[in-house]
Amino acid sequence: MRKRPASKAALQWIAVHTTAVAAALFFTLPFVFVFLTSVMSDEQALSGDLWPHEWDWSNYAAVFRTPGFLDWWRNSLLYAGLGTLFTLCSSVPVAYALAKFRFRGRRTAMLLVIATMMLPPQVVVIPMYLVWAQQLHLAGSLWPLVIPMAFGDAYSIFLLRQFLLTIPTEYLEAARLDGCGELRVLLRVVVPMARPGIAAVALFQFFYCWNDYFGPQIYTAQNPGAWTLSYGLESFKSAHSVDWNLTMAATLLVMAPVVLVFFLAQKAFVEGVTLTGVKG
Amino acid sequence: MAPLAPAPELRRKHLRRRLRTLGFLSPWLVGFTVFFGYPLIATVYFSFMHYNQIRPPTFVGLRNWTYVLGQMPLFGPALWNTLWLVVVMVALRVAFGLGIGLLVTKVKSGAGFFRTAFYLPYLAPPVAATVAFVFLLNPGTGPVDGILSRLGLPAPGWFNDPHWAKPSLVLLSLWGIGDLMVVFLAALLDVPKERYEAAELDGAGALARFRYVTWPAITPIVMFAVVTGVVQTMQYYTQALVAGKLASGVGVGPGTVVQPGYPDHSTLTVPQLVYSLGFQNFNTGAACVLSLVLFVIAMAVTSLLMRRRAGLLSAED
Repeated sequence: MRKRPASKAALQWIAVHTTAVAAALFFTLPFVFVFLTSVMSDEQALSGDLWPHEWDWSNYAAVFRTPGFLDWWRNSLLYAGLGTLFTLCSSVPVAYALAKFRFRGRRTAMLLVIATMMLPPQVVVIPMYLVWAQQLHLAGSLWPLVIPMAFGDAYSIFLLRQFLLTIPTEYLEAARLDGCGELRVLLRVVVPMARPGIAAVALFQFFYCWNDYFGPQIYTAQNPGAWTLSYGLESFKSAHSVDWNLTMAATLLVMAPVVLVFFLAQKAFVEGVTLTGVKG
Repeated sequence: MAPLAPAPELRRKHLRRRLRTLGFLSPWLVGFTVFFGYPLIATVYFSFMHYNQIRPPTFVGLRNWTYVLGQMPLFGPALWNTLWLVVVMVALRVAFGLGIGLLVTKVKSGAGFFRTAFYLPYLAPPVAATVAFVFLLNPGTGPVDGILSRLGLPAPGWFNDPHWAKPSLVLLSLWGIGDLMVVFLAALLDVPKERYEAAELDGAGALARFRYVTWPAITPIVMFAVVTGVVQTMQYYTQALVAGKLASGVGVGPGTVVQPGYPDHSTLTVPQLVYSLGFQNFNTGAACVLSLVLFVIAMAVTSLLMRRRAGLLSAED
């Protein structure tokens, strides 16, 4: 029997949307369970119950009262804020030169940027740690993570270059004819035009720092006063091993800023995703 | 015949441009030398030294190399786990990401909601996501076990069972599929509509349309996703380490040393072994050997990426 097109379309609509709802459950239920547990009482959080008997918001206050938690917030903001600032200041000129200057070795430089971008951070960490710890005595702080960002970040350079390539060279030529030096061209013409790309790279770098676990683990493990949220959260769980409600409240508080920034800056995000080179 | 010497003015201009280029590149030139070139050479140096980070290093020839590659008991499991994750995690992530991307293109109602819902978990910081999953899958008290037992289904030990720990990590990575979904979605929307219409006129069913229209158009993106996935998975560190540590239930804090890999070395990856050797056992030489092994593998994959995907440098000239 031949199906009429209308009913076939309806069946397809139902199939697609059922699958979509099932997928949406897979992606959102973890957040829901984490949230529900974060407002349970201590005993109930251990029970395997799914729905809280009473909504106990005090867990959030308790998390903020945990010694160190506010320091971790401050450190995360410091690391992510300074790290992003340093990265942009150092990477924009490099990306500009790689995108718009013609010079011998440009292709090689670009290949080296991509190669460093692909390397696991563990490859060079041991000698670097020894320098920071033994020669410069900066282990136990976030400086060993922030200072290198003042010297360009391969991933940011790569993304910024991709974006700067899309700026027509005629604009730069016009500014040069008006007597602008390259630095003026960069600051007056390129940066304003590249603002969406720069915003996207800033977001990515901010999230990278906020999420970084390996860096703080290597350089700040011995000094809880320098921990970031991402690193502190793990020890929070260990210190409150049976208080799943507190741990889940803390977990949500670590996730919240990232999700908030995402909703505030969705446009810059979309821009960034198209930058990552998926359009070949 | 002597070549014509350029006018001094032209030469000065040339030199100035060269200096200007160097000036703009200088942050990265310094960074690359100091934070990449130096430590890479130092890693090679230390790989031939015995050095416990207290007494001065002493030369031991190839001893670290033969130890790591031949005798070290954890090298085999770490390499195996990393390869396992590279194969299984990358394959499933690409397939799942493509599936979710396709799903989003088909959804007619509430597309915005579904897209955001599918993307959001990707944003969760890795440590937070891992803590959440250790809780969700916690044997006995976790909500997933709660649901399974209500349905009368057996619950595996998840992060506490050596056979289930890696699949649990894969599940966690599938939850954060948002990045790949967006990549595939962009690629799928780029396929010209006329081709689908033409295929439909020829009587192609949904499967044939995917096979002969969609797939050829998105193969480059699939390749890109596979290779970048391999690069990322070789660095796989945070989720495995945190999940292992938390599931083991051993208190963590300054001063306590928890060897990574719980349960039963099933979550130990090569990067974690570098960390463990260098920062827990202070066996600098062995850690540097392993770093170099990781470096060689990563460079091999990266050169593959650059060859296969000239697109990474496409806009060049």
